[in-house]
Amino acid sequence: MAPHHDAAAPQRETWTSSTGFILAAVGSAVGLGNIWRFPGVAYESGGGAFLIPYLVALLTAGIPILFLDYAVGHRYRGAAPLSYRRMARPAEALGWFQIVLSFVIAVYYAAVIAWSLSYFVFAFDLRWGEDTAAFFVDEYLQVGDPEISTTLVSGVAVPLVLVWAAVLVIIALGVTKGVQRVNIIFIPLLVLAFVGLVVRALTLPGATDGLNALFTPDWAALADPGVWIAAYSQIFFSLSIAFGIMVTYASYQRRRANMTSSGLVVAFANSSFEILAGIGVFATLGFLARQQATTIDQLEGLSGPILSFVTFPAVISEMPGGNLFGAVFFGALVLAGFTSIISILLGVAASVQEKFGLTHRTAAVAVCVVCSIISIGLFSTTSGLIALDTVDQWANNIGIVVSAIVMTVLIVWVFRTAPVLRAHLNRVSTFRVGRVWFVLIGGLAPVVLTTMLVQRVRTLATEGYEGYPGWYLLVFGWGTIAVVAVGALVLTLIPWRGRDDADFRAWPELEEEQR
Amino acid sequence: MTTSAVLMMIVAMLVVWGGLVASVLFLRARPEVDDTELPDPDAAPPGEQG
Repeated sequence: MAPHHDAAAPQRETWTSSTGFILAAVGSAVGLGNIWRFPGVAYESGGGAFLIPYLVALLTAGIPILFLDYAVGHRYRGAAPLSYRRMARPAEALGWFQIVLSFVIAVYYAAVIAWSLSYFVFAFDLRWGEDTAAFFVDEYLQVGDPEISTTLVSGVAVPLVLVWAAVLVIIALGVTKGVQRVNIIFIPLLVLAFVGLVVRALTLPGATDGLNALFTPDWAALADPGVWIAAYSQIFFSLSIAFGIMVTYASYQRRRANMTSSGLVVAFANSSFEILAGIGVFATLGFLARQQATTIDQLEGLSGPILSFVTFPAVISEMPGGNLFGAVFFGALVLAGFTSIISILLGVAASVQEKFGLTHRTAAVAVCVVCSIISIGLFSTTSGLIALDTVDQWANNIGIVVSAIVMTVLIVWVFRTAPVLRAHLNRVSTFRVGRVWFVLIGGLAPVVLTTMLVQRVRTLATEGYEGYPGWYLLVFGWGTIAVVAVGALVLTLIPWRGRDDADFRAWPELEEEQR
Repeated sequence: MTTSAVLMMIVAMLVVWGGLVASVLFLRARPEVDDTELPDPDAAPPGEQG
Protein backbone atom coordinates (compact mmCIF):
# COMPACT_ATOMS: atom_id res chain seq x y z
CA MET A 1 0.00 0.00 0.00
CA ALA A 2 1.39 3.34 -0.99
CA PRO A 3 0.89 6.07 1.55
CA HIS A 4 -1.44 8.72 0.28
CA HIS A 5 -3.01 11.87 1.55
CA ASP A 6 -6.56 12.39 0.52
CA ALA A 7 -6.68 15.81 -1.08
CA ALA A 8 -10.45 15.97 -0.70
CA ALA A 9 -10.41 15.50 3.06
CA PRO A 10 -10.84 18.84 4.83
CA GLN A 11 -7.69 19.87 6.67
CA ARG A 12 -7.80 19.86 10.44
CA GLU A 13 -7.97 23.29 12.01
CA THR A 14 -4.66 24.29 13.62
CA TRP A 15 -3.33 26.77 16.16
CA THR A 16 -1.87 29.62 14.15
CA SER A 17 1.41 29.61 16.09
CA SER A 18 3.28 27.75 18.80
CA THR A 19 2.56 30.72 21.06
CA GLY A 20 -1.16 30.20 20.47
CA PHE A 21 -0.87 26.54 21.40
CA ILE A 22 1.29 27.23 24.46
CA LEU A 23 -1.00 29.97 25.79
CA ALA A 24 -4.05 27.74 25.32
CA ALA A 25 -2.32 24.83 27.06
CA VAL A 26 -1.23 27.12 29.91
CA GLY A 27 -4.78 28.45 30.11
CA SER A 28 -6.03 24.91 30.46
CA ALA A 29 -3.47 23.92 33.08
CA VAL A 30 -3.72 27.10 35.16
CA GLY A 31 -7.09 26.82 36.82
CA LEU A 32 -8.73 27.24 40.17
CA GLY A 33 -6.54 24.50 41.68
CA ASN A 34 -3.41 26.61 41.18
CA ILE A 35 -4.90 29.42 43.19
CA TRP A 36 -6.74 27.67 45.98
CA ARG A 37 -5.19 24.19 46.17
CA PHE A 38 -1.42 24.61 45.83
CA PRO A 39 -0.80 27.15 48.63
CA GLY A 40 -2.69 25.12 51.23
CA VAL A 41 -1.11 21.82 50.20
CA ALA A 42 2.41 23.28 50.29
CA TYR A 43 1.79 24.81 53.71
CA GLU A 44 0.47 21.57 55.20
CA SER A 45 3.11 19.36 53.59
CA GLY A 46 6.39 20.68 54.92
CA GLY A 47 6.33 24.32 53.81
CA GLY A 48 9.58 25.17 52.03
CA ALA A 49 10.66 21.53 52.16
CA PHE A 50 7.65 20.65 49.98
CA LEU A 51 9.56 22.16 47.07
CA ILE A 52 11.67 19.00 46.81
CA PRO A 53 8.89 16.38 46.42
CA TYR A 54 7.02 18.90 44.28
CA LEU A 55 9.89 19.30 41.80
CA VAL A 56 10.59 15.57 41.80
CA ALA A 57 6.92 14.91 41.02
CA LEU A 58 6.95 17.53 38.26
CA LEU A 59 10.01 16.03 36.57
CA THR A 60 9.23 12.34 37.07
CA ALA A 61 5.44 12.26 36.56
CA GLY A 62 3.95 15.60 35.49
CA ILE A 63 6.10 16.30 32.46
CA PRO A 64 6.36 12.63 31.32
CA ILE A 65 2.56 12.15 31.35
CA LEU A 66 2.08 15.54 29.68
CA PHE A 67 4.41 14.35 26.89
CA LEU A 68 2.38 11.14 26.63
CA ASP A 69 -0.86 13.10 26.15
CA TYR A 70 0.81 15.30 23.56
CA ALA A 71 2.27 12.33 21.68
CA VAL A 72 -1.08 10.54 21.39
CA GLY A 73 -3.01 13.60 20.21
CA HIS A 74 -0.32 14.93 17.92
CA ARG A 75 0.42 11.64 16.17
CA TYR A 76 -3.14 10.37 15.80
CA ARG A 77 -4.76 13.76 15.20
CA GLY A 78 -8.07 13.40 16.93
CA ALA A 79 -9.82 14.09 20.20
CA ALA A 80 -9.20 11.36 22.80
CA PRO A 81 -11.57 8.61 21.49
CA LEU A 82 -10.43 8.87 17.86
CA SER A 83 -6.75 9.22 18.77
CA TYR A 84 -6.77 6.17 21.02
CA ARG A 85 -8.78 4.22 18.43
CA ARG A 86 -6.21 4.97 15.77
CA MET A 87 -3.47 3.91 18.17
CA ALA A 88 -5.23 0.62 19.02
CA ARG A 89 -8.89 -0.02 18.29
CA PRO A 90 -10.12 -1.16 21.74
CA ALA A 91 -8.43 1.82 23.42
CA GLU A 92 -11.28 3.99 22.14
CA ALA A 93 -13.15 3.13 25.35
CA LEU A 94 -10.42 4.83 27.40
CA GLY A 95 -10.89 7.95 25.29
CA TRP A 96 -14.62 8.00 25.99
CA PHE A 97 -14.04 7.41 29.70
CA GLN A 98 -11.90 10.55 29.71
CA ILE A 99 -14.39 12.53 27.65
CA VAL A 100 -17.44 11.61 29.73
CA LEU A 101 -15.41 12.49 32.81
CA SER A 102 -14.58 15.86 31.23
CA PHE A 103 -18.27 16.38 30.61
CA VAL A 104 -19.07 15.71 34.28
CA ILE A 105 -16.30 18.02 35.46
CA ALA A 106 -17.49 20.81 33.16
CA VAL A 107 -20.98 20.50 34.65
CA TYR A 108 -19.77 21.62 38.09
CA TYR A 109 -16.69 23.63 37.13
CA ALA A 110 -19.04 26.13 35.47
CA ALA A 111 -20.80 26.61 38.80
CA VAL A 112 -17.57 27.67 40.53
CA ILE A 113 -16.87 30.17 37.75
CA ALA A 114 -20.41 31.49 38.24
CA TRP A 115 -19.78 31.95 41.98
CA SER A 116 -16.57 33.82 41.20
CA LEU A 117 -18.48 36.04 38.78
CA SER A 118 -21.03 36.85 41.51
CA TYR A 119 -18.28 37.61 44.01
CA PHE A 120 -16.57 39.83 41.45
CA VAL A 121 -19.73 41.96 41.56
CA PHE A 122 -20.10 41.66 45.36
CA ALA A 123 -16.56 43.00 45.82
CA PHE A 124 -17.59 46.46 44.68
CA ASP A 125 -19.80 47.03 47.74
CA LEU A 126 -18.36 44.28 50.00
CA ARG A 127 -21.81 42.73 50.05
CA TRP A 128 -20.68 39.71 52.09
CA GLY A 129 -20.67 41.79 55.29
CA GLU A 130 -19.14 40.63 58.56
CA ASP A 131 -19.94 36.93 58.67
CA THR A 132 -18.60 35.76 55.32
CA ALA A 133 -19.21 32.06 56.00
CA ALA A 134 -22.88 32.60 56.75
CA PHE A 135 -23.18 34.87 53.72
CA PHE A 136 -21.67 32.26 51.36
CA VAL A 137 -23.56 29.23 52.63
CA ASP A 138 -26.90 30.63 53.79
CA GLU A 139 -27.47 33.83 51.89
CA TYR A 140 -25.72 33.27 48.57
CA LEU A 141 -25.91 29.51 47.93
CA GLN A 142 -28.82 28.91 50.34
CA VAL A 143 -27.42 25.45 51.07
CA GLY A 144 -30.00 22.96 52.31
CA ASP A 145 -29.70 19.29 53.24
CA PRO A 146 -27.92 16.67 51.14
CA GLU A 147 -30.93 15.87 48.96
CA ILE A 148 -32.14 16.36 45.42
CA SER A 149 -33.62 19.82 45.53
CA THR A 150 -35.70 21.74 43.00
CA THR A 151 -35.63 25.09 44.79
CA LEU A 152 -33.97 27.53 42.42
CA VAL A 153 -31.41 30.03 43.72
CA SER A 154 -31.57 32.90 41.27
CA GLY A 155 -28.36 34.52 42.52
CA VAL A 156 -26.47 31.50 41.20
CA ALA A 157 -28.67 30.72 38.21
CA VAL A 158 -28.15 34.08 36.48
CA PRO A 159 -24.31 34.09 36.45
CA LEU A 160 -24.35 30.40 35.58
CA VAL A 161 -26.44 31.08 32.47
CA LEU A 162 -24.01 33.87 31.53
CA VAL A 163 -21.00 31.55 31.91
CA TRP A 164 -22.62 28.90 29.74
CA ALA A 165 -23.55 31.42 27.05
CA ALA A 166 -19.94 32.61 26.89
CA VAL A 167 -18.60 29.05 26.80
CA LEU A 168 -20.98 28.13 23.98
CA VAL A 169 -19.94 31.10 21.85
CA ILE A 170 -16.21 30.43 22.29
CA ILE A 171 -16.42 26.69 21.59
CA ALA A 172 -18.66 27.28 18.56
CA LEU A 173 -16.18 29.80 17.15
CA GLY A 174 -13.61 27.01 17.03
CA VAL A 175 -9.97 26.51 17.83
CA THR A 176 -8.40 29.52 16.12
CA LYS A 177 -11.13 32.13 16.31
CA GLY A 178 -12.51 31.08 19.68
CA VAL A 179 -10.20 29.20 22.03
CA GLN A 180 -6.88 30.63 20.85
CA ARG A 181 -8.13 34.20 20.76
CA VAL A 182 -9.58 34.02 24.29
CA ASN A 183 -6.34 32.63 25.69
CA ILE A 184 -4.15 35.19 23.93
CA ILE A 185 -6.12 37.90 25.74
CA PHE A 186 -6.97 36.19 29.05
CA ILE A 187 -3.64 34.61 30.00
CA PRO A 188 -1.51 37.79 29.93
CA LEU A 189 -4.38 39.56 31.70
CA LEU A 190 -4.49 36.85 34.37
CA VAL A 191 -0.74 37.06 35.00
CA LEU A 192 -0.91 40.85 35.16
CA ALA A 193 -3.83 40.73 37.60
CA PHE A 194 -2.08 38.24 39.84
CA VAL A 195 1.22 40.10 39.85
CA GLY A 196 -0.76 43.17 40.93
CA LEU A 197 -2.42 41.19 43.74
CA VAL A 198 0.92 39.84 44.93
CA VAL A 199 2.52 43.28 44.99
CA ARG A 200 -0.41 44.65 46.98
CA ALA A 201 -0.44 41.67 49.35
CA LEU A 202 3.28 42.01 50.06
CA THR A 203 2.82 45.59 51.22
CA LEU A 204 0.22 44.60 53.84
CA PRO A 205 1.26 44.45 57.50
CA GLY A 206 1.85 40.83 58.50
CA ALA A 207 2.64 39.67 54.95
CA THR A 208 6.03 38.34 56.01
CA ASP A 209 4.41 36.20 58.73
CA GLY A 210 2.45 34.51 55.94
CA LEU A 211 5.55 33.94 53.84
CA ASN A 212 7.35 32.55 56.88
CA ALA A 213 4.52 30.06 57.37
CA LEU A 214 4.58 29.03 53.70
CA PHE A 215 8.33 28.80 53.15
CA THR A 216 9.89 27.75 56.47
CA PRO A 217 11.07 24.22 55.68
CA ASP A 218 10.08 21.30 57.85
CA TRP A 219 12.66 18.78 56.64
CA ALA A 220 11.18 15.98 58.76
CA ALA A 221 8.14 16.06 56.46
CA LEU A 222 10.26 14.53 53.68
CA ALA A 223 10.29 11.24 55.58
CA ASP A 224 6.48 11.12 55.48
CA PRO A 225 5.19 9.16 52.46
CA GLY A 226 1.95 11.15 52.71
CA VAL A 227 3.83 14.31 51.79
CA TRP A 228 5.21 12.67 48.63
CA ILE A 229 1.75 11.46 47.67
CA ALA A 230 0.47 15.02 48.21
CA ALA A 231 3.18 16.33 45.87
CA TYR A 232 2.37 13.83 43.11
CA SER A 233 -1.37 14.55 43.54
CA GLN A 234 -0.84 18.30 43.32
CA ILE A 235 1.28 18.05 40.15
CA PHE A 236 -1.10 15.56 38.64
CA PHE A 237 -4.32 17.53 39.22
CA SER A 238 -2.76 20.87 38.46
CA LEU A 239 -1.39 20.07 35.00
CA SER A 240 -4.74 18.80 33.62
CA ILE A 241 -3.14 15.63 32.31
CA ALA A 242 -4.50 12.15 31.62
CA PHE A 243 -8.08 13.07 30.95
CA GLY A 244 -8.08 13.80 27.29
CA ILE A 245 -7.79 17.58 27.26
CA MET A 246 -4.15 17.71 26.24
CA VAL A 247 -4.71 14.96 23.67
CA THR A 248 -7.30 17.18 22.00
CA TYR A 249 -5.23 20.36 22.18
CA ALA A 250 -2.17 18.57 20.74
CA SER A 251 -4.26 17.17 17.89
CA TYR A 252 -4.82 20.73 16.65
CA GLN A 253 -1.11 21.47 16.57
CA ARG A 254 0.63 21.57 13.17
CA ARG A 255 2.15 18.28 12.02
CA ARG A 256 5.71 19.47 12.33
CA ALA A 257 5.52 21.25 15.67
CA ASN A 258 8.00 21.19 18.50
CA MET A 259 5.91 19.28 21.05
CA THR A 260 8.29 18.49 23.91
CA SER A 261 9.98 21.89 24.05
CA SER A 262 6.54 23.54 24.14
CA GLY A 263 5.52 21.07 26.83
CA LEU A 264 8.40 22.14 29.06
CA VAL A 265 7.28 25.76 28.75
CA VAL A 266 3.69 24.80 29.64
CA ALA A 267 4.71 22.70 32.64
CA PHE A 268 7.06 25.31 34.09
CA ALA A 269 4.58 28.12 33.40
CA ASN A 270 1.94 26.21 35.36
CA SER A 271 4.26 25.72 38.32
CA SER A 272 5.45 29.32 38.10
CA PHE A 273 1.89 30.48 38.48
CA GLU A 274 1.46 28.20 41.49
CA ILE A 275 4.46 29.73 43.23
CA LEU A 276 3.09 33.20 42.47
CA ALA A 277 -0.32 32.22 43.84
CA GLY A 278 1.30 30.73 46.95
CA ILE A 279 3.09 33.99 47.68
CA GLY A 280 -0.05 36.07 47.09
CA VAL A 281 -2.36 33.85 49.13
CA PHE A 282 -0.05 33.47 52.12
CA ALA A 283 0.98 37.12 52.25
CA THR A 284 -2.75 37.90 52.42
CA LEU A 285 -3.34 35.26 55.11
CA GLY A 286 -0.47 36.75 57.11
CA PHE A 287 -2.31 40.06 57.05
CA LEU A 288 -5.53 38.36 58.18
CA ALA A 289 -3.75 36.68 61.09
CA ARG A 290 -2.22 40.02 62.11
CA GLN A 291 -5.65 41.71 61.99
CA GLN A 292 -7.20 39.02 64.14
CA ALA A 293 -4.21 39.07 66.52
CA THR A 294 -3.54 35.40 65.93
CA THR A 295 -1.13 33.19 63.97
CA ILE A 296 -1.50 31.42 60.63
CA ASP A 297 -1.76 27.99 62.23
CA GLN A 298 -4.84 29.17 64.13
CA LEU A 299 -6.65 30.26 60.95
CA GLU A 300 -9.21 28.01 59.30
CA GLY A 301 -10.21 27.62 55.67
CA LEU A 302 -6.79 27.81 54.03
CA SER A 303 -7.69 25.97 50.85
CA GLY A 304 -10.47 25.07 48.46
CA PRO A 305 -13.66 27.03 47.79
CA ILE A 306 -13.76 28.10 51.45
CA LEU A 307 -10.44 29.94 51.01
CA SER A 308 -11.82 31.87 48.06
CA PHE A 309 -15.38 32.49 49.11
CA VAL A 310 -15.16 32.71 52.90
CA THR A 311 -11.61 33.51 54.05
CA PHE A 312 -10.68 35.91 51.25
CA PRO A 313 -13.85 38.01 51.50
CA ALA A 314 -13.10 38.41 55.22
CA VAL A 315 -9.59 39.66 54.46
CA ILE A 316 -10.83 41.95 51.70
CA SER A 317 -13.27 43.62 54.09
CA GLU A 318 -10.44 44.47 56.49
CA MET A 319 -8.09 45.80 53.83
CA PRO A 320 -7.80 49.47 52.83
CA GLY A 321 -8.93 49.59 49.19
CA GLY A 322 -10.32 46.07 49.53
CA ASN A 323 -12.92 46.60 46.81
CA LEU A 324 -10.31 46.80 44.09
CA PHE A 325 -8.31 43.89 45.53
CA GLY A 326 -11.48 41.81 45.70
CA ALA A 327 -12.58 42.64 42.18
CA VAL A 328 -9.14 41.76 40.79
CA PHE A 329 -8.97 38.53 42.81
CA PHE A 330 -12.39 37.24 41.76
CA GLY A 331 -11.82 38.51 38.23
CA ALA A 332 -8.63 36.43 38.17
CA LEU A 333 -10.59 33.37 39.35
CA VAL A 334 -13.06 33.89 36.51
CA LEU A 335 -10.25 34.19 33.94
CA ALA A 336 -8.39 31.14 35.25
CA GLY A 337 -11.55 29.05 35.42
CA PHE A 338 -12.88 30.12 32.05
CA THR A 339 -9.73 29.22 30.11
CA SER A 340 -9.83 25.80 31.76
CA ILE A 341 -13.49 25.01 31.14
CA ILE A 342 -13.24 25.82 27.44
CA SER A 343 -10.38 23.31 27.13
CA ILE A 344 -12.48 20.68 28.90
CA LEU A 345 -15.50 21.23 26.65
CA LEU A 346 -13.55 21.57 23.42
CA GLY A 347 -12.43 17.97 23.94
CA VAL A 348 -16.02 16.82 24.44
CA ALA A 349 -17.32 18.75 21.43
CA ALA A 350 -14.51 17.52 19.17
CA SER A 351 -15.09 13.89 20.21
CA VAL A 352 -18.81 14.10 19.46
CA GLN A 353 -18.09 15.86 16.19
CA GLU A 354 -15.68 13.15 15.04
CA LYS A 355 -17.75 10.17 16.14
CA PHE A 356 -21.06 11.33 14.72
CA GLY A 357 -19.73 13.12 11.64
CA LEU A 358 -21.21 16.48 12.60
CA THR A 359 -19.95 19.93 11.74
CA HIS A 360 -17.86 21.57 14.42
CA ARG A 361 -20.54 24.13 15.19
CA THR A 362 -23.39 21.61 15.51
CA ALA A 363 -21.36 19.46 17.88
CA ALA A 364 -20.30 22.49 19.94
CA VAL A 365 -23.87 23.75 20.33
CA ALA A 366 -25.26 20.29 21.11
CA VAL A 367 -22.63 19.53 23.77
CA CYS A 368 -22.82 22.95 25.44
CA VAL A 369 -26.62 22.99 25.51
CA VAL A 370 -26.91 19.53 27.08
CA CYS A 371 -24.11 20.21 29.56
CA SER A 372 -25.53 23.60 30.54
CA ILE A 373 -29.02 22.21 31.15
CA ILE A 374 -27.65 19.60 33.56
CA SER A 375 -25.33 22.17 35.14
CA ILE A 376 -28.03 24.77 35.69
CA GLY A 377 -30.52 22.14 36.87
CA LEU A 378 -28.12 20.65 39.39
CA PHE A 379 -26.15 23.61 40.68
CA SER A 380 -28.54 26.52 40.82
CA THR A 381 -30.61 24.79 43.47
CA THR A 382 -30.24 24.70 47.25
CA SER A 383 -28.36 21.38 47.15
CA GLY A 384 -25.74 22.79 44.76
CA LEU A 385 -22.71 23.05 47.07
CA ILE A 386 -23.02 19.55 48.49
CA ALA A 387 -23.54 17.94 45.08
CA LEU A 388 -20.57 19.84 43.71
CA ASP A 389 -18.32 18.87 46.60
CA THR A 390 -19.24 15.20 46.29
CA VAL A 391 -19.02 14.90 42.50
CA ASP A 392 -15.70 16.77 42.51
CA GLN A 393 -14.21 14.46 45.14
CA TRP A 394 -15.06 11.33 43.11
CA ALA A 395 -14.44 12.69 39.61
CA ASN A 396 -10.95 13.89 40.51
CA ASN A 397 -9.65 11.46 43.07
CA ILE A 398 -11.18 8.33 41.60
CA GLY A 399 -12.10 9.13 37.98
CA ILE A 400 -8.99 10.92 36.74
CA VAL A 401 -6.62 8.71 38.69
CA VAL A 402 -8.22 5.53 37.26
CA SER A 403 -8.03 7.09 33.80
CA ALA A 404 -4.32 7.80 34.23
CA ILE A 405 -3.51 4.32 35.50
CA VAL A 406 -5.41 2.65 32.64
CA MET A 407 -3.83 5.00 30.11
CA THR A 408 -0.23 4.37 31.15
CA VAL A 409 -0.70 0.61 31.54
CA LEU A 410 -2.50 0.24 28.20
CA ILE A 411 0.05 2.26 26.26
CA VAL A 412 3.20 0.84 27.82
CA TRP A 413 2.25 -2.74 28.68
CA VAL A 414 -0.81 -3.82 26.70
CA PHE A 415 -0.56 -2.17 23.28
CA ARG A 416 3.15 -1.43 23.64
CA THR A 417 2.99 1.77 21.62
CA ALA A 418 5.31 3.76 23.89
CA PRO A 419 8.34 3.30 21.56
CA VAL A 420 6.32 4.65 18.62
CA LEU A 421 5.17 7.62 20.66
CA ARG A 422 8.70 8.34 21.85
CA ALA A 423 10.04 8.14 18.30
CA HIS A 424 7.25 10.46 17.19
CA LEU A 425 8.06 13.07 19.81
CA ASN A 426 11.75 12.91 18.97
CA ARG A 427 11.20 13.26 15.22
CA VAL A 428 9.21 16.49 15.55
CA SER A 429 10.75 18.02 18.69
CA THR A 430 14.07 19.56 19.65
CA PHE A 431 14.01 18.34 23.27
CA ARG A 432 14.82 14.62 23.05
CA VAL A 433 12.93 12.15 25.19
CA GLY A 434 15.25 9.44 26.52
CA ARG A 435 14.51 5.80 27.30
CA VAL A 436 14.03 6.73 30.95
CA TRP A 437 10.60 7.97 29.81
CA PHE A 438 9.42 4.35 29.50
CA VAL A 439 10.39 3.69 33.11
CA LEU A 440 8.61 6.84 34.32
CA ILE A 441 5.31 6.36 32.46
CA GLY A 442 5.28 2.56 32.59
CA GLY A 443 6.66 2.00 36.08
CA LEU A 444 6.75 4.93 38.45
CA ALA A 445 3.52 6.65 37.32
CA PRO A 446 1.20 3.62 37.60
CA VAL A 447 2.73 2.64 40.95
CA VAL A 448 2.37 6.11 42.50
CA LEU A 449 -1.09 6.59 41.03
CA THR A 450 -2.29 3.20 42.26
CA THR A 451 -1.04 4.04 45.75
CA MET A 452 -3.00 7.30 45.62
CA LEU A 453 -6.11 5.48 44.42
CA VAL A 454 -6.00 2.66 46.97
CA GLN A 455 -5.54 5.13 49.82
CA ARG A 456 -8.43 7.27 48.68
CA VAL A 457 -10.82 4.40 48.04
CA ARG A 458 -10.05 3.00 51.49
CA THR A 459 -10.72 6.35 53.17
CA LEU A 460 -13.93 7.00 51.23
CA ALA A 461 -15.21 3.49 51.81
CA THR A 462 -14.54 3.40 55.55
CA GLU A 463 -14.95 7.01 56.65
CA GLY A 464 -17.41 8.29 54.07
CA TYR A 465 -17.08 11.91 53.05
CA GLU A 466 -17.81 15.11 54.99
CA GLY A 467 -20.45 13.27 57.02
CA TYR A 468 -22.90 13.15 54.11
CA PRO A 469 -25.37 10.23 54.24
CA GLY A 470 -24.31 6.92 52.69
CA TRP A 471 -27.09 6.84 50.08
CA TYR A 472 -26.06 10.31 48.92
CA LEU A 473 -22.42 9.31 48.41
CA LEU A 474 -23.58 6.18 46.60
CA VAL A 475 -25.67 8.24 44.16
CA PHE A 476 -23.49 11.31 43.62
CA GLY A 477 -20.05 9.83 44.36
CA TRP A 478 -19.83 6.23 43.20
CA GLY A 479 -22.81 6.86 40.92
CA THR A 480 -20.79 9.46 39.03
CA ILE A 481 -18.06 6.92 38.33
CA ALA A 482 -20.62 4.30 37.28
CA VAL A 483 -22.30 6.76 34.90
CA VAL A 484 -18.94 7.65 33.38
CA ALA A 485 -18.01 3.99 32.89
CA VAL A 486 -21.37 3.04 31.35
CA GLY A 487 -21.38 6.17 29.21
CA ALA A 488 -17.90 5.31 27.94
CA LEU A 489 -18.99 1.79 27.05
CA VAL A 490 -22.14 2.91 25.23
CA LEU A 491 -20.34 5.60 23.25
CA THR A 492 -17.63 3.11 22.27
CA LEU A 493 -20.18 0.56 21.01
CA ILE A 494 -21.99 3.06 18.78
CA PRO A 495 -20.61 2.46 15.27
CA TRP A 496 -18.49 5.08 13.51
CA ARG A 497 -19.79 4.15 10.03
CA GLY A 498 -16.53 5.07 8.36
CA ARG A 499 -16.19 8.41 10.07
CA ASP A 500 -13.02 7.21 11.77
CA ASP A 501 -11.22 7.49 8.41
CA ALA A 502 -9.94 3.90 8.15
CA ASP A 503 -7.09 4.77 5.78
CA PHE A 504 -5.64 7.31 8.19
CA ARG A 505 -1.85 7.12 8.18
CA ALA A 506 0.10 8.51 11.07
CA TRP A 507 2.86 10.93 10.10
CA PRO A 508 5.82 10.81 10.07
CA GLU A 509 6.31 7.16 9.20
CA LEU A 510 8.46 5.45 11.78
CA GLU A 511 10.47 2.24 11.80
CA GLU A 512 9.12 1.55 15.27
CA GLU A 513 5.62 1.13 13.85
CA GLN A 514 6.16 -2.38 12.44
CA ARG A 515 3.35 -4.04 14.31
CA MET B 1 11.20 36.70 57.68
CA THR B 2 13.43 33.95 59.00
CA THR B 3 16.61 33.08 57.14
CA SER B 4 15.49 29.58 56.22
CA ALA B 5 12.15 30.87 54.86
CA VAL B 6 13.86 33.56 52.79
CA LEU B 7 16.32 31.01 51.49
CA MET B 8 13.64 28.52 50.46
CA MET B 9 11.57 31.25 48.84
CA ILE B 10 14.53 32.36 46.75
CA VAL B 11 15.38 28.77 45.82
CA ALA B 12 11.77 28.10 44.78
CA MET B 13 11.65 31.24 42.66
CA LEU B 14 15.02 30.54 41.06
CA VAL B 15 14.27 26.92 40.21
CA VAL B 16 10.67 27.26 39.02
CA TRP B 17 10.75 30.71 37.39
CA GLY B 18 14.28 29.99 36.19
CA GLY B 19 12.97 26.76 34.68
CA LEU B 20 10.32 28.75 32.83
CA VAL B 21 12.86 31.23 31.48
CA ALA B 22 15.24 28.42 30.50
CA SER B 23 12.52 26.46 28.69
CA VAL B 24 11.37 29.58 26.81
CA LEU B 25 14.97 30.35 25.79
CA PHE B 26 15.49 26.74 24.71
CA LEU B 27 12.34 26.85 22.56
CA ARG B 28 13.39 30.16 20.99
CA ALA B 29 16.89 28.92 20.26
CA ARG B 30 15.62 25.75 18.59
CA PRO B 31 12.01 26.46 17.63
CA GLU B 32 11.67 23.57 15.20
CA VAL B 33 13.39 20.52 13.79
CA ASP B 34 15.24 20.94 10.51
CA ASP B 35 12.76 21.68 7.72
CA THR B 36 14.51 19.75 4.94
CA GLU B 37 14.59 16.57 6.98
CA LEU B 38 10.90 16.53 7.61
CA PRO B 39 8.61 18.41 5.23
CA ASP B 40 5.20 19.06 6.74
CA PRO B 41 2.59 17.30 4.55
CA ASP B 42 -0.08 19.87 5.41
CA ALA B 43 2.07 22.95 4.96
CA ALA B 44 3.87 21.88 1.77
CA PRO B 45 2.55 22.99 -1.63
CA PRO B 46 0.34 20.41 -3.37
CA GLY B 47 2.33 17.53 -4.82
CA GLU B 48 3.56 14.07 -4.00
CA GLN B 49 4.59 13.52 -0.44
CA GLY B 50 6.87 11.10 1.29
